[in-house]
Amino acid sequence: MPAVTKIKKERKSAKSNGVPNLPAGRQGLKFNTGWEYAPAPESKAHIKLKDRYELFINGKFVKPSSGKYFETINPATEEKIAEVAEANAADVDKAVKAARNAYEKVWKKMPASERAKYIFRISRMIQERAREFAVIETMDGGKAIRESRDVDVPLAANHFFYYAGWADKLEYAFPNRIPKSLGVAGQIIPWNFPLLMAAWKIAPAIATGNTVVLKPAETTPLTALKLAEIIQESGLPDGVVNIITGFGQTGADIVNHPDIDKIAFTGSTEVGKIIQKAVAGTNKKLTLELGGKAANIIFEDAPLDQAVEGIINGIYFNQGHVCCAGSRLFVQESVYDIVLRKLKDRIETLIVGDPLDKNTDIGAINSKAQLETINKYISIGKKEGAEMYQSSCPIPGRGFFCRPTLFTNVAQSNRIAQEEIFGPVLAVQTFRTDEEVIEKANNTPYGLSAGVWTDKGSKIFNLTTKMRAGVVWANTYNKFDPTSPFGGYKESGYGREGGLHGLAAYMKLV
Amino acid sequence: MEKELIKEKQTPFSTNGTDKKKTGKQRLEVLKTYKIYIGGQFPRTESGRYYIATNSKGEQLANICLSSRKDFRDAVVAARNAFKGWPGRAAFNRGQILYRMAEMLEGRKAQFIEELIKQDVTKAQAQKEVNISIDRLIYYAGWCDKYQQLFGTVNPVASSHFNFSVPEPTGVVAAIASQDNSLIGLVSVVAPVIAGGNTSIVLASETKPLCAVSFAEVINSSDVPGGVVNILTGKPSELFSHFASHMDVNAVICCDNDILIQKEMQQKAAGNVKRVLIYKDVNWLGEKGQSPYYIMDTQEIKTTWHPIENIGGGGSGY
Repeated sequence: MPAVTKIKKERKSAKSNGVPNLPAGRQGLKFNTGWEYAPAPESKAHIKLKDRYELFINGKFVKPSSGKYFETINPATEEKIAEVAEANAADVDKAVKAARNAYEKVWKKMPASERAKYIFRISRMIQERAREFAVIETMDGGKAIRESRDVDVPLAANHFFYYAGWADKLEYAFPNRIPKSLGVAGQIIPWNFPLLMAAWKIAPAIATGNTVVLKPAETTPLTALKLAEIIQESGLPDGVVNIITGFGQTGADIVNHPDIDKIAFTGSTEVGKIIQKAVAGTNKKLTLELGGKAANIIFEDAPLDQAVEGIINGIYFNQGHVCCAGSRLFVQESVYDIVLRKLKDRIETLIVGDPLDKNTDIGAINSKAQLETINKYISIGKKEGAEMYQSSCPIPGRGFFCRPTLFTNVAQSNRIAQEEIFGPVLAVQTFRTDEEVIEKANNTPYGLSAGVWTDKGSKIFNLTTKMRAGVVWANTYNKFDPTSPFGGYKESGYGREGGLHGLAAYMKLV
Repeated sequence: MEKELIKEKQTPFSTNGTDKKKTGKQRLEVLKTYKIYIGGQFPRTESGRYYIATNSKGEQLANICLSSRKDFRDAVVAARNAFKGWPGRAAFNRGQILYRMAEMLEGRKAQFIEELIKQDVTKAQAQKEVNISIDRLIYYAGWCDKYQQLFGTVNPVASSHFNFSVPEPTGVVAAIASQDNSLIGLVSVVAPVIAGGNTSIVLASETKPLCAVSFAEVINSSDVPGGVVNILTGKPSELFSHFASHMDVNAVICCDNDILIQKEMQQKAAGNVKRVLIYKDVNWLGEKGQSPYYIMDTQEIKTTWHPIENIGGGGSGY
């Protein structure tokens, strides 16, 4: 079959690129022989995609005031998928007016239990179309279909379901306080979990009685726009949710709009600080979910094979485009050799390729710009004197791809150990004592997440209390749930999303 | 200029502590030196500067330390060091320490009432203010080991994990206390911050600083570890931007009603994504002047996950 031949051809070209298949002298496991996976492409036949998407304002898809559109491409093939409208300040104003009108006239007055039913509907409709959402998410953003299908879409649907249930129970959520909605929320989301971030923003906001103007990231607008179609179909009153596409300027227009009561932003720490400064002196409430540089700590008594799976999951899941990625590995010296050997072996088995192929472990990097950033950090790492190890796996000839990479001989002050790379690049350090690793793990301006691997219960609880991070995974990594509050300490932001604690961002307590 | 004229005309200090006995024999009282409180000690400001606190009639009350940016930085160092130990104390222990603060304040009631009266409060108001301050300390003492139960959760995740969320102190909190009163505003800000396990640096009221310094003595005699509360006196206009821009401060509280100060603090705080709490128009003497939500304002929520084995039929469990 032609597709199989293609894989063989890519492997050969990888060899001729001079990338060695295995370091000399490596015994045992050989990954360059025989075990070819037959292609297992996810079908695109059933999905419905338009060539052009308008702005979703006041329950309708309307043309942008400027008449301008921009392209969204598939980062695995570099092919255009669709055209998407570019919202300007006038469109933002229209959307905010629609949201304000819907809030004052309809949403605020609707009994909470009725509000809930719309949101339940949205959740169920996402579930009905789950596969379509997963495929479009993968095409638009580059993430492996197994992840979109098994993680992103189910979590997004469940997030709506969870918060729908809260709508008419808010008076139980804050002891001795009557919670009231804020009004209109402006929400800006990133490209790493496009549908899931839309769910994390929209669900709690509307469940608590607010209305929303949401801007998806410019490289991944499609699943938010498909969500707009579901919202339309669900009968949600016009203007309760408005979805407008655009670049950074559209986001700035939202942040600066005077008739917005609340801003919620997920993205880089750099932009988060700009936003925090921009809303100073206004009465706008703000929550931020920013970057991270999480420490993933392996103790000598950790279950090592599971820990290695956890390391892989921590940094290579979603191509490392995860704010809570375990991008700094700390291995206790006594088990360093065996952990690194297992880690390198396991990296060799990871399949980097077509995101729509169900065999693929690591999909495409989201954009050319992001790939350039990652490559920049890889060369910085080498310049800083760290030792690079990269999988020898083949990568497709076109599209934006990066092999899983790790650096050893990393110092605490290296840029690759301090700055967020947002790619499949792991910085490995060692430690000897508990105090040392606690100090090193916390020695970062970030504080989003951390991982701890040890079999000893009392050590788990010592470490989890000492990690200055909002989410601590013990003997696991990158687990999420609608009931589980997620958010950062320090420069990783403030406010929580998910769970009971996620309600606070959208309410004022009277 | 006008102040200096007044200085010449009137006696230097309005009551001057002279023990006015009917017999006319007067004993010269020892005047109090109002110093600042950093790291459990009472240094003077490293700048050596002072300003004169006056009452509404323009009469002088005392020479007050005009704290500098360096004093603030030193206080942050002390607070950061104290943060190593303070949140590690048992919640119950923190409660006992806050209770002792109430005991100490009760024991010194007369002194505080006198200082409030010097600063233009009637006797009845002064008594009320001190009583509420004491009761507020007791209120927060009681919260130390309870708010975690109210605001922590065990989360019923859909996967086989034990998952729980608990509040944790945010770290070092810098606060500009209410400028309109000498005691209750300060107590109302300090108590919930330290009840929650944070350490703090507080700038007292510029015009009514006397009770803040005496309150430092209350703190000092209450087993509060040095550095947990640091009290500075001086000008908000000089110091607020340093409070907001210091990179090793985790949260900043502003009780000053000046909108421009509030805005600039919010802007500068963005430098390291500080949490900013603006407590404006709060009636600290009223019921809304205390609540566990003041504690939660300087708490972070940490969520921890651990797998649950699926042996023997497993299931979600929690």
